[in-house]
Amino acid sequence: MAIIEVKGLTYTYPGAKKPSISDVSLTIEKGEFVIVTGPSGCGKTTLCRCFNGLIPHFYNGQLDGELSVAGLKVNEHEIHELAQKVGLVFQNPENQLFALSVEKDVAFGLENLGVARDEMRKRVDRALQTTEIEELRERAPHELSGGQQQRVAIACVLAMRPDIMVFDEPTSFLDPLGARKIFEVINELNKKLGITVILVEHRLDLTSHYADRVVIMDNGKIVLNGKPREVFTSEEAKLIGVGIPKATLLWQLLQEKGFPLKGVPTGSEEATRFLREVLKK
Amino acid sequence: MIEVQDVYFTYPLAGVEAVKGVSLTVRNGEFVAIMGQNGAGKTTLVKQFNGLLKPSKGNVLVDGVNTRDISIAQLARKVGFVFQNPDHQLFSETVEEEVAFALKNFGFNEETIEKRVTWALNLLDLTEYRKTSPFMLSGGERKRVALASVLAWDPEVVILDEPTIGQDHQQKETLRQFIIQLNSQGKTVVIVTHDVEFVAECNPRVVLMVQGQIVADGEAKQILTNPDVVLKAFVVPPQITQIFQGLADLGFPTDVIDVSEAGKILIERLEEERSKR
Repeated sequence: MAIIEVKGLTYTYPGAKKPSISDVSLTIEKGEFVIVTGPSGCGKTTLCRCFNGLIPHFYNGQLDGELSVAGLKVNEHEIHELAQKVGLVFQNPENQLFALSVEKDVAFGLENLGVARDEMRKRVDRALQTTEIEELRERAPHELSGGQQQRVAIACVLAMRPDIMVFDEPTSFLDPLGARKIFEVINELNKKLGITVILVEHRLDLTSHYADRVVIMDNGKIVLNGKPREVFTSEEAKLIGVGIPKATLLWQLLQEKGFPLKGVPTGSEEATRFLREVLKK
Repeated sequence: MIEVQDVYFTYPLAGVEAVKGVSLTVRNGEFVAIMGQNGAGKTTLVKQFNGLLKPSKGNVLVDGVNTRDISIAQLARKVGFVFQNPDHQLFSETVEEEVAFALKNFGFNEETIEKRVTWALNLLDLTEYRKTSPFMLSGGERKRVALASVLAWDPEVVILDEPTIGQDHQQKETLRQFIIQLNSQGKTVVIVTHDVEFVAECNPRVVLMVQGQIVADGEAKQILTNPDVVLKAFVVPPQITQIFQGLADLGFPTDVIDVSEAGKILIERLEEERSKR
Protein backbone atom coordinates (compact mmCIF):
# COMPACT_ATOMS: atom_id res chain seq x y z
CA MET A 1 0.00 0.00 0.00
CA ALA A 2 1.34 3.39 -0.94
CA ILE A 3 1.88 5.67 2.06
CA ILE A 4 3.35 8.58 0.11
CA GLU A 5 2.21 9.51 -3.38
CA VAL A 6 3.85 12.35 -5.24
CA LYS A 7 2.63 13.32 -8.71
CA GLY A 8 4.16 16.05 -10.86
CA LEU A 9 5.29 18.07 -7.84
CA THR A 10 6.93 21.42 -8.60
CA TYR A 11 7.89 23.95 -5.95
CA THR A 12 9.47 27.40 -6.04
CA TYR A 13 10.59 29.19 -2.85
CA PRO A 14 9.26 32.74 -2.47
CA GLY A 15 11.52 35.13 -4.36
CA ALA A 16 13.43 32.33 -6.10
CA LYS A 17 13.86 32.54 -9.87
CA LYS A 18 13.58 28.85 -10.63
CA PRO A 19 11.86 25.90 -8.94
CA SER A 20 13.84 23.85 -6.39
CA ILE A 21 12.03 20.69 -7.40
CA SER A 22 10.28 20.24 -10.69
CA ASP A 23 7.86 17.60 -11.88
CA VAL A 24 8.77 15.05 -9.21
CA SER A 25 6.75 11.84 -9.12
CA LEU A 26 7.42 9.15 -6.53
CA THR A 27 5.51 6.43 -4.72
CA ILE A 28 6.68 5.08 -1.38
CA GLU A 29 5.13 1.92 0.02
CA LYS A 30 4.23 1.48 3.68
CA GLY A 31 7.18 0.01 5.58
CA GLU A 32 9.79 0.84 2.94
CA PHE A 33 13.29 2.11 3.74
CA VAL A 34 14.19 4.64 1.05
CA ILE A 35 17.42 6.59 0.71
CA VAL A 36 17.24 9.90 -1.15
CA THR A 37 20.58 11.21 -2.34
CA GLY A 38 22.15 13.51 -4.92
CA PRO A 39 24.45 16.53 -5.18
CA SER A 40 24.13 19.33 -2.63
CA GLY A 41 21.37 21.73 -3.70
CA CYS A 42 19.60 19.07 -5.81
CA GLY A 43 16.27 19.48 -3.99
CA LYS A 44 16.46 16.60 -1.47
CA THR A 45 15.73 18.76 1.57
CA THR A 46 13.02 20.67 -0.29
CA LEU A 47 11.23 17.41 -1.15
CA CYS A 48 11.39 16.31 2.51
CA ARG A 49 9.90 19.63 3.63
CA CYS A 50 6.88 18.84 1.45
CA PHE A 51 6.23 15.52 3.18
CA ASN A 52 5.15 17.08 6.47
CA GLY A 53 3.61 20.23 5.05
CA LEU A 54 6.38 22.69 6.00
CA ILE A 55 6.08 23.37 2.30
CA PRO A 56 3.72 25.07 1.49
CA HIS A 57 2.27 25.99 4.93
CA PHE A 58 5.41 27.43 6.55
CA TYR A 59 7.63 28.37 3.61
CA ASN A 60 4.77 29.60 1.37
CA GLY A 61 5.99 29.84 -2.23
CA GLN A 62 4.40 28.16 -5.22
CA LEU A 63 3.51 24.45 -4.99
CA ASP A 64 1.96 22.64 -7.95
CA GLY A 65 1.14 19.00 -8.46
CA GLU A 66 -0.27 16.38 -6.10
CA LEU A 67 1.08 15.08 -2.83
CA SER A 68 -0.66 12.83 -0.35
CA VAL A 69 0.95 11.46 2.79
CA ALA A 70 -0.70 8.72 4.88
CA GLY A 71 -3.96 9.45 3.09
CA LEU A 72 -3.85 13.20 3.73
CA LYS A 73 -3.55 15.71 0.91
CA VAL A 74 -0.71 17.93 2.07
CA ASN A 75 -2.10 21.23 0.83
CA GLU A 76 -5.47 20.60 2.50
CA HIS A 77 -4.16 19.68 5.97
CA GLU A 78 -2.28 21.76 8.54
CA ILE A 79 1.25 21.04 9.75
CA HIS A 80 0.00 19.87 13.18
CA GLU A 81 -2.18 17.18 11.56
CA LEU A 82 0.59 16.05 9.26
CA ALA A 83 3.14 16.07 12.09
CA GLN A 84 1.30 13.21 13.77
CA LYS A 85 1.89 11.09 10.68
CA VAL A 86 5.28 12.30 9.53
CA GLY A 87 8.22 13.11 11.80
CA LEU A 88 11.06 15.13 10.33
CA VAL A 89 14.58 15.16 11.77
CA PHE A 90 16.42 18.18 10.42
CA GLN A 91 19.93 18.45 9.02
CA ASN A 92 20.93 20.87 11.77
CA PRO A 93 19.64 19.84 15.21
CA GLU A 94 19.91 23.39 16.52
CA ASN A 95 17.00 24.36 14.28
CA GLN A 96 14.82 21.93 16.16
CA LEU A 97 15.82 22.18 19.84
CA PHE A 98 14.83 25.04 22.13
CA ALA A 99 13.72 23.79 25.59
CA LEU A 100 15.79 24.16 28.77
CA SER A 101 16.16 20.43 29.31
CA VAL A 102 16.42 17.44 27.01
CA GLU A 103 13.43 15.80 28.71
CA LYS A 104 11.25 18.88 28.11
CA ASP A 105 12.28 19.06 24.49
CA VAL A 106 11.38 15.42 23.92
CA ALA A 107 8.04 15.86 25.73
CA PHE A 108 7.13 19.07 23.90
CA GLY A 109 5.47 17.51 20.87
CA LEU A 110 3.46 15.14 23.07
CA GLU A 111 2.29 18.00 25.32
CA ASN A 112 0.99 19.77 22.25
CA LEU A 113 -0.96 16.70 21.22
CA GLY A 114 -2.45 16.42 24.73
CA VAL A 115 -1.02 12.96 25.44
CA ALA A 116 -1.79 11.73 29.02
CA ARG A 117 1.00 12.22 31.57
CA ASP A 118 1.77 8.52 32.18
CA GLU A 119 1.82 7.73 28.51
CA MET A 120 4.00 10.78 27.91
CA ARG A 121 6.52 9.64 30.53
CA LYS A 122 6.64 6.17 28.98
CA ARG A 123 7.21 7.49 25.47
CA VAL A 124 9.88 9.97 26.57
CA ASP A 125 11.75 7.25 28.50
CA ARG A 126 11.61 4.89 25.55
CA ALA A 127 12.80 7.54 23.12
CA LEU A 128 15.72 8.50 25.40
CA GLN A 129 16.65 4.82 25.80
CA THR A 130 16.56 4.09 22.10
CA THR A 131 18.83 7.02 21.31
CA GLU A 132 21.05 6.27 24.35
CA ILE A 133 20.82 9.69 25.94
CA GLU A 134 19.10 8.85 29.25
CA GLU A 135 21.98 10.40 31.18
CA LEU A 136 21.46 13.71 29.34
CA ARG A 137 17.83 13.97 30.50
CA GLU A 138 18.35 17.06 32.70
CA ARG A 139 20.99 18.77 30.51
CA ALA A 140 20.27 21.84 28.42
CA PRO A 141 20.22 20.93 24.69
CA HIS A 142 22.20 24.03 23.68
CA GLU A 143 25.11 22.96 25.91
CA LEU A 144 25.45 19.54 24.26
CA SER A 145 27.85 18.57 21.49
CA GLY A 146 26.58 18.47 17.89
CA GLY A 147 26.31 14.69 17.99
CA GLN A 148 24.41 14.63 21.26
CA GLN A 149 22.03 17.29 19.95
CA GLN A 150 21.32 15.17 16.90
CA ARG A 151 20.30 12.29 19.17
CA VAL A 152 17.97 14.57 21.11
CA ALA A 153 16.38 15.73 17.86
CA ILE A 154 15.79 12.11 16.84
CA ALA A 155 14.34 11.29 20.29
CA CYS A 156 11.87 14.21 19.94
CA VAL A 157 10.51 12.76 16.73
CA LEU A 158 10.61 9.15 17.96
CA ALA A 159 8.43 10.06 20.94
CA MET A 160 5.67 11.17 18.57
CA ARG A 161 5.48 7.61 17.15
CA PRO A 162 4.81 8.70 13.59
CA ASP A 163 4.00 6.31 10.71
CA ILE A 164 6.69 7.87 8.58
CA MET A 165 10.05 9.26 9.66
CA VAL A 166 12.07 11.51 7.42
CA PHE A 167 15.74 11.95 8.33
CA ASP A 168 17.65 14.73 6.64
CA GLU A 169 21.32 13.75 7.01
CA PRO A 170 20.73 12.82 10.65
CA THR A 171 24.30 11.83 11.41
CA SER A 172 26.35 14.58 9.80
CA PHE A 173 27.56 15.67 13.24
CA LEU A 174 28.23 12.16 14.55
CA ASP A 175 31.44 10.13 14.48
CA PRO A 176 31.32 6.92 12.40
CA LEU A 177 30.53 4.58 15.29
CA GLY A 178 27.91 6.99 16.61
CA ALA A 179 26.51 7.30 13.10
CA ARG A 180 26.42 3.54 12.64
CA LYS A 181 24.49 3.22 15.92
CA ILE A 182 21.94 5.79 14.80
CA PHE A 183 21.53 4.03 11.46
CA GLU A 184 20.98 0.78 13.36
CA VAL A 185 18.33 2.50 15.47
CA ILE A 186 16.66 3.81 12.31
CA ASN A 187 16.84 0.36 10.76
CA GLU A 188 15.19 -1.18 13.85
CA LEU A 189 12.40 1.39 13.76
CA ASN A 190 11.84 0.32 10.20
CA LYS A 191 12.19 -3.45 10.53
CA LYS A 192 10.64 -3.97 13.98
CA LEU A 193 8.05 -1.19 14.29
CA GLY A 194 7.28 -1.02 10.59
CA ILE A 195 7.86 2.74 10.42
CA THR A 196 8.37 3.93 6.85
CA VAL A 197 11.81 5.53 6.66
CA ILE A 198 13.00 8.17 4.23
CA LEU A 199 16.68 8.89 4.75
CA VAL A 200 18.46 11.74 3.00
CA GLU A 201 22.15 10.80 3.01
CA HIS A 202 25.46 11.32 1.27
CA ARG A 203 27.23 8.64 3.30
CA LEU A 204 26.13 5.67 1.26
CA ASP A 205 29.04 3.55 2.52
CA LEU A 206 27.31 3.39 5.89
CA THR A 207 23.68 3.20 4.86
CA SER A 208 22.95 1.54 1.54
CA HIS A 209 22.77 -2.01 2.91
CA TYR A 210 19.76 -1.03 5.03
CA ALA A 211 17.75 0.40 2.16
CA ASP A 212 15.10 -1.23 -0.02
CA ARG A 213 15.42 1.55 -2.55
CA VAL A 214 17.67 4.43 -3.53
CA VAL A 215 16.34 7.58 -5.18
CA ILE A 216 18.89 9.90 -6.79
CA MET A 217 17.98 13.51 -7.46
CA ASP A 218 19.80 16.04 -9.61
CA ASN A 219 18.77 19.60 -10.46
CA GLY A 220 15.39 19.28 -8.75
CA LYS A 221 14.41 16.08 -10.57
CA ILE A 222 14.47 12.37 -9.79
CA VAL A 223 16.99 10.81 -12.17
CA LEU A 224 17.35 7.29 -10.75
CA ASN A 225 15.01 5.20 -8.63
CA GLY A 226 15.59 1.52 -7.87
CA LYS A 227 17.31 -1.16 -5.77
CA PRO A 228 20.68 0.04 -4.34
CA ARG A 229 22.75 -2.41 -6.40
CA GLU A 230 21.04 -1.48 -9.65
CA VAL A 231 21.36 2.23 -9.01
CA PHE A 232 25.01 2.14 -7.92
CA THR A 233 26.15 0.14 -10.91
CA SER A 234 24.43 2.37 -13.46
CA GLU A 235 26.43 4.74 -15.64
CA GLU A 236 24.17 7.63 -14.63
CA ALA A 237 25.12 7.32 -10.95
CA LYS A 238 28.79 7.66 -11.88
CA LEU A 239 28.09 10.71 -14.01
CA ILE A 240 26.10 12.50 -11.32
CA GLY A 241 28.99 11.92 -8.94
CA VAL A 242 27.09 10.17 -6.17
CA GLY A 243 29.32 8.74 -3.44
CA ILE A 244 29.19 5.13 -4.53
CA PRO A 245 30.31 2.83 -1.68
CA LYS A 246 34.00 1.85 -1.88
CA ALA A 247 33.03 -1.83 -1.83
CA THR A 248 30.98 -1.27 -5.00
CA LEU A 249 33.83 0.69 -6.63
CA LEU A 250 36.17 -2.21 -5.90
CA TRP A 251 33.67 -4.56 -7.58
CA GLN A 252 33.68 -2.25 -10.62
CA LEU A 253 37.50 -2.29 -10.85
CA LEU A 254 37.53 -6.10 -10.79
CA GLN A 255 34.61 -6.38 -13.22
CA GLU A 256 36.41 -4.17 -15.77
CA LYS A 257 39.46 -6.48 -15.65
CA GLY A 258 37.32 -9.55 -16.23
CA PHE A 259 37.05 -10.77 -12.65
CA PRO A 260 33.34 -10.84 -11.83
CA LEU A 261 32.08 -11.49 -8.29
CA LYS A 262 28.93 -13.39 -7.36
CA GLY A 263 27.02 -10.18 -6.67
CA VAL A 264 27.48 -6.45 -6.31
CA PRO A 265 28.61 -5.67 -2.76
CA THR A 266 27.51 -2.43 -1.03
CA GLY A 267 29.15 -3.15 2.36
CA SER A 268 32.55 -4.44 3.47
CA GLU A 269 31.35 -7.74 4.96
CA GLU A 270 29.60 -8.65 1.75
CA ALA A 271 32.65 -7.67 -0.30
CA THR A 272 34.93 -9.82 1.86
CA ARG A 273 32.58 -12.79 1.46
CA PHE A 274 32.33 -12.47 -2.34
CA LEU A 275 36.10 -11.99 -2.66
CA ARG A 276 36.83 -15.07 -0.57
CA GLU A 277 34.75 -17.15 -2.98
CA VAL A 278 36.80 -16.15 -6.03
CA LEU A 279 40.10 -16.29 -4.19
CA LYS A 280 39.64 -19.74 -2.66
CA LYS A 281 39.83 -21.62 -5.93
CA MET B 1 54.39 26.79 13.55
CA ILE B 2 51.90 25.97 16.29
CA GLU B 3 53.30 24.55 19.51
CA VAL B 4 50.88 23.12 22.05
CA GLN B 5 52.67 22.59 25.35
CA ASP B 6 50.99 20.35 27.93
CA VAL B 7 47.64 22.08 27.52
CA TYR B 8 44.64 21.49 29.76
CA PHE B 9 41.27 23.12 29.22
CA THR B 10 38.17 23.13 31.41
CA TYR B 11 34.94 24.80 30.26
CA PRO B 12 34.25 27.19 33.13
CA LEU B 13 30.44 26.88 33.32
CA ALA B 14 29.96 23.17 32.74
CA GLY B 15 33.17 22.31 34.65
CA VAL B 16 33.98 19.75 31.98
CA GLU B 17 37.69 19.11 31.37
CA ALA B 18 37.76 18.71 27.58
CA VAL B 19 41.53 18.70 26.97
CA LYS B 20 43.84 16.90 29.39
CA GLY B 21 47.55 17.40 28.93
CA VAL B 22 48.01 17.66 25.17
CA SER B 23 51.37 18.40 23.58
CA LEU B 24 51.58 18.72 19.81
CA THR B 25 53.59 20.59 17.22
CA VAL B 26 52.11 21.50 13.86
CA ARG B 27 54.94 22.57 11.57
CA ASN B 28 54.58 25.10 8.77
CA GLY B 29 53.17 23.53 5.61
CA GLU B 30 51.85 20.42 7.31
CA PHE B 31 48.46 18.81 6.61
CA VAL B 32 47.04 17.35 9.80
CA ALA B 33 43.73 15.61 10.47
CA ILE B 34 42.58 15.57 14.07
CA MET B 35 40.25 12.62 14.54
CA GLY B 36 38.31 11.00 17.35
CA GLN B 37 34.84 10.45 18.75
CA ASN B 38 32.29 13.15 19.50
CA GLY B 39 33.35 14.88 22.70
CA ALA B 40 36.99 13.72 22.42
CA GLY B 41 38.14 17.35 22.63
CA LYS B 42 39.08 17.86 18.96
CA THR B 43 37.28 21.16 18.47
CA THR B 44 38.31 22.42 21.92
CA LEU B 45 41.92 21.72 21.01
CA VAL B 46 41.91 23.52 17.67
CA LYS B 47 40.09 26.53 19.14
CA GLN B 48 43.30 27.07 21.15
CA PHE B 49 45.27 27.42 17.88
CA ASN B 50 43.84 30.85 17.08
CA GLY B 51 43.21 31.99 20.64
CA LEU B 52 39.43 31.54 20.59
CA LEU B 53 40.07 29.59 23.78
CA LYS B 54 43.09 30.06 26.06
CA PRO B 55 44.48 27.07 27.95
CA SER B 56 43.45 26.63 31.60
CA LYS B 57 46.99 25.29 32.07
CA GLY B 58 49.94 25.02 29.68
CA ASN B 59 50.74 27.23 26.68
CA VAL B 60 50.05 27.53 22.97
CA LEU B 61 52.65 29.32 20.86
CA VAL B 62 51.88 30.51 17.33
CA ASP B 63 55.14 31.32 15.53
CA GLY B 64 56.73 31.65 18.95
CA VAL B 65 54.13 34.04 20.38
CA ASN B 66 52.04 32.89 23.34
CA THR B 67 48.30 33.12 22.51
CA ARG B 68 47.77 34.77 25.89
CA ASP B 69 49.91 37.76 24.82
CA ILE B 70 48.19 38.59 21.54
CA SER B 71 44.63 39.56 20.52
CA ILE B 72 42.34 37.15 18.69
CA ALA B 73 42.11 39.70 15.86
CA GLN B 74 45.89 39.60 15.34
CA LEU B 75 45.93 35.82 15.54
CA ALA B 76 43.02 35.45 13.15
CA ARG B 77 44.98 37.16 10.39
CA LYS B 78 47.46 34.31 10.62
CA VAL B 79 45.21 31.43 11.65
CA GLY B 80 41.81 31.22 9.92
CA PHE B 81 39.11 29.12 11.50
CA VAL B 82 36.11 27.68 9.63
CA PHE B 83 33.45 26.56 12.08
CA GLN B 84 31.70 23.20 12.01
CA ASN B 85 28.29 24.85 11.80
CA PRO B 86 28.25 27.64 9.19
CA ASP B 87 25.28 29.26 10.93
CA HIS B 88 27.64 30.18 13.79
CA GLN B 89 29.64 32.23 11.36
CA LEU B 90 27.30 33.67 8.72
CA PHE B 91 25.20 36.77 9.28
CA SER B 92 25.39 39.09 6.26
CA GLU B 93 22.60 39.81 3.80
CA THR B 94 24.45 38.58 0.76
CA VAL B 95 27.15 36.03 0.13
CA GLU B 96 29.34 38.78 -1.30
CA GLU B 97 29.07 40.93 1.86
CA GLU B 98 29.77 37.89 4.00
CA VAL B 99 33.03 37.19 2.21
CA ALA B 100 34.00 40.88 2.18
CA PHE B 101 33.30 41.41 5.89
CA ALA B 102 36.59 40.22 7.37
CA LEU B 103 38.56 41.85 4.56
CA LYS B 104 37.02 45.23 5.47
CA ASN B 105 37.89 44.64 9.13
CA PHE B 106 41.47 43.81 8.26
CA GLY B 107 41.63 47.16 6.41
CA PHE B 108 42.15 45.95 2.83
CA ASN B 109 41.38 48.57 0.16
CA GLU B 110 38.24 48.40 -2.01
CA GLU B 111 40.04 47.13 -5.06
CA THR B 112 41.76 44.30 -3.21
CA ILE B 113 38.50 43.36 -1.49
CA GLU B 114 36.70 43.14 -4.84
CA LYS B 115 39.46 40.99 -6.31
CA ARG B 116 39.64 38.65 -3.35
CA VAL B 117 35.88 38.22 -3.07
CA THR B 118 35.65 37.36 -6.76
CA TRP B 119 38.58 34.96 -6.41
CA ALA B 120 37.18 33.18 -3.33
CA LEU B 121 33.65 32.84 -4.75
CA ASN B 122 34.98 31.50 -8.00
CA LEU B 123 37.25 29.05 -6.19
CA LEU B 124 34.35 27.57 -4.23
CA ASP B 125 31.89 27.59 -7.11
CA LEU B 126 29.67 30.22 -5.49
CA THR B 127 29.75 33.00 -8.10
CA GLU B 128 26.11 32.50 -9.07
CA TYR B 129 25.07 33.14 -5.44
CA ARG B 130 27.05 36.37 -5.09
CA LYS B 131 23.94 38.51 -4.45
CA THR B 132 21.95 35.79 -2.64
CA SER B 133 21.36 35.68 1.11
CA PRO B 134 23.48 32.92 2.70
CA PHE B 135 20.36 31.77 4.50
CA MET B 136 18.63 30.90 1.22
CA LEU B 137 21.38 28.40 0.43
CA SER B 138 21.52 24.71 1.27
CA GLY B 139 23.58 23.44 4.23
CA GLY B 140 26.43 22.34 1.97
CA GLU B 141 26.49 25.66 0.13
CA ARG B 142 26.52 27.67 3.38
CA LYS B 143 29.49 25.59 4.47
CA ARG B 144 31.35 26.70 1.33
CA VAL B 145 30.45 30.35 1.94
CA ALA B 146 31.98 30.07 5.42
CA LEU B 147 35.13 28.58 3.88
CA ALA B 148 35.29 31.28 1.19
CA SER B 149 35.02 34.05 3.79
CA VAL B 150 38.07 32.73 5.64
CA LEU B 151 40.20 31.89 2.58
CA ALA B 152 39.58 35.40 1.23
CA TRP B 153 41.98 36.94 3.73
CA ASP B 154 44.66 34.38 2.92
CA PRO B 155 45.66 33.13 6.39
CA GLU B 156 48.86 31.06 6.73
CA VAL B 157 47.10 28.37 8.70
CA VAL B 158 43.60 27.19 7.79
CA ILE B 159 41.64 25.23 10.37
CA LEU B 160 38.56 23.43 9.06
CA ASP B 161 36.20 21.97 11.64
CA GLU B 162 34.32 19.07 10.00
CA PRO B 163 34.64 20.43 6.44
CA THR B 164 32.91 17.47 4.76
CA ILE B 165 29.58 17.71 6.62
CA GLY B 166 26.73 18.21 4.17
CA GLN B 167 29.04 17.99 1.16
CA ASP B 168 28.21 15.54 -1.58
CA HIS B 169 30.72 13.23 -3.19
CA GLN B 170 31.81 15.63 -5.90
CA GLN B 171 32.20 18.54 -3.51
CA LYS B 172 34.24 16.35 -1.21
CA GLU B 173 36.50 15.52 -4.11
CA THR B 174 36.74 19.24 -4.98
CA LEU B 175 37.45 20.01 -1.33
CA ARG B 176 40.15 17.34 -1.23
CA GLN B 177 41.91 18.68 -4.32
CA PHE B 178 41.49 22.15 -2.97
CA ILE B 179 43.05 21.31 0.42
CA ILE B 180 45.92 19.56 -1.31
CA GLN B 181 46.40 22.59 -3.54
CA LEU B 182 46.41 24.95 -0.51
CA ASN B 183 48.84 22.66 1.22
CA SER B 184 51.18 22.44 -1.78
CA GLN B 185 51.22 26.25 -1.89
CA GLY B 186 52.79 26.07 1.56
CA LYS B 187 49.70 26.65 3.71
CA THR B 188 49.32 24.73 6.92
CA VAL B 189 46.00 22.89 6.93
CA VAL B 190 44.40 21.39 10.01
CA ILE B 191 41.12 19.54 9.64
CA VAL B 192 38.97 18.20 12.44
CA THR B 193 36.94 15.29 11.14
CA HIS B 194 35.47 11.88 11.73
CA ASP B 195 35.06 11.22 8.03
CA VAL B 196 37.43 8.24 7.71
CA GLU B 197 36.81 7.75 4.00
CA PHE B 198 37.78 11.37 3.35
CA VAL B 199 40.95 11.02 5.43
CA ALA B 200 41.78 7.75 3.65
CA GLU B 201 41.63 9.63 0.33
CA CYS B 202 43.70 12.60 1.56
CA ASN B 203 46.34 10.65 3.45
CA PRO B 204 47.44 13.42 5.88
CA ARG B 205 49.19 13.16 9.24
CA VAL B 206 46.56 11.84 11.64
CA VAL B 207 46.32 12.84 15.31
CA LEU B 208 43.86 10.62 17.13
CA MET B 209 42.19 11.84 20.33
CA VAL B 210 40.34 9.95 23.06
CA GLN B 211 38.82 11.70 26.07
CA GLY B 212 40.88 14.85 25.81
CA GLN B 213 44.20 13.13 25.12
CA ILE B 214 46.24 12.19 22.07
CA VAL B 215 46.47 8.40 21.73
CA ALA B 216 48.16 8.15 18.33
CA ASP B 217 49.99 10.44 15.92
CA GLY B 218 51.35 9.36 12.53
CA GLU B 219 50.59 8.69 8.87
CA ALA B 220 46.94 8.00 7.99
CA LYS B 221 47.90 4.61 6.50
CA GLN B 222 49.48 3.51 9.77
CA ILE B 223 46.88 4.87 12.15
CA LEU B 224 43.65 3.99 10.34
CA THR B 225 44.70 0.40 9.77
CA ASN B 226 45.80 -0.27 13.34
CA PRO B 227 42.78 -2.05 14.86
CA ASP B 228 43.82 -1.51 18.51
CA VAL B 229 44.23 2.23 18.13
CA VAL B 230 41.16 2.65 15.95
CA LEU B 231 38.93 0.74 18.34
CA LYS B 232 40.17 2.76 21.31
CA ALA B 233 39.25 5.99 19.53
CA PHE B 234 35.89 4.60 18.32
CA VAL B 235 36.71 5.31 14.71
CA VAL B 236 35.47 2.81 12.15
CA PRO B 237 38.28 1.83 9.74
CA PRO B 238 37.80 2.73 6.05
CA GLN B 239 35.65 0.22 4.11
CA ILE B 240 38.65 -0.90 2.02
CA THR B 241 40.67 -1.57 5.21
CA GLN B 242 37.81 -3.63 6.64
CA ILE B 243 37.68 -5.73 3.45
CA PHE B 244 41.42 -6.34 3.44
CA GLN B 245 41.58 -7.16 7.13
CA GLY B 246 38.87 -9.75 6.44
CA LEU B 247 41.20 -11.32 3.87
CA ALA B 248 44.33 -11.23 6.06
CA ASP B 249 44.48 -15.03 6.41
CA LEU B 250 44.79 -15.33 2.62
CA GLY B 251 48.03 -13.36 2.78
CA PHE B 252 46.72 -9.89 1.90
CA PRO B 253 48.25 -6.78 3.47
CA THR B 254 46.16 -5.27 6.28
CA ASP B 255 47.25 -1.66 5.85
CA VAL B 256 45.40 -0.75 2.63
CA ILE B 257 43.16 2.36 2.73
CA ASP B 258 42.87 3.35 -0.93
CA VAL B 259 40.45 1.76 -3.41
CA SER B 260 42.74 1.88 -6.46
CA GLU B 261 45.60 0.33 -4.50
CA ALA B 262 43.16 -2.34 -3.29
CA GLY B 263 42.03 -3.02 -6.86
CA LYS B 264 45.62 -3.34 -8.06
CA ILE B 265 46.56 -5.85 -5.36
CA LEU B 266 43.46 -7.98 -5.99
CA ILE B 267 43.82 -7.96 -9.77
CA GLU B 268 47.49 -8.98 -9.54
CA ARG B 269 46.57 -11.87 -7.29
CA LEU B 270 43.64 -12.97 -9.43
CA GLU B 271 45.73 -12.82 -12.62
CA GLU B 272 48.44 -14.86 -10.96
CA GLU B 273 45.90 -17.51 -9.92
CA ARG B 274 44.37 -17.54 -13.40
CA SER B 275 47.74 -18.13 -15.07
CA LYS B 276 48.43 -21.07 -12.74
CA ARG B 277 45.32 -22.84 -13.93
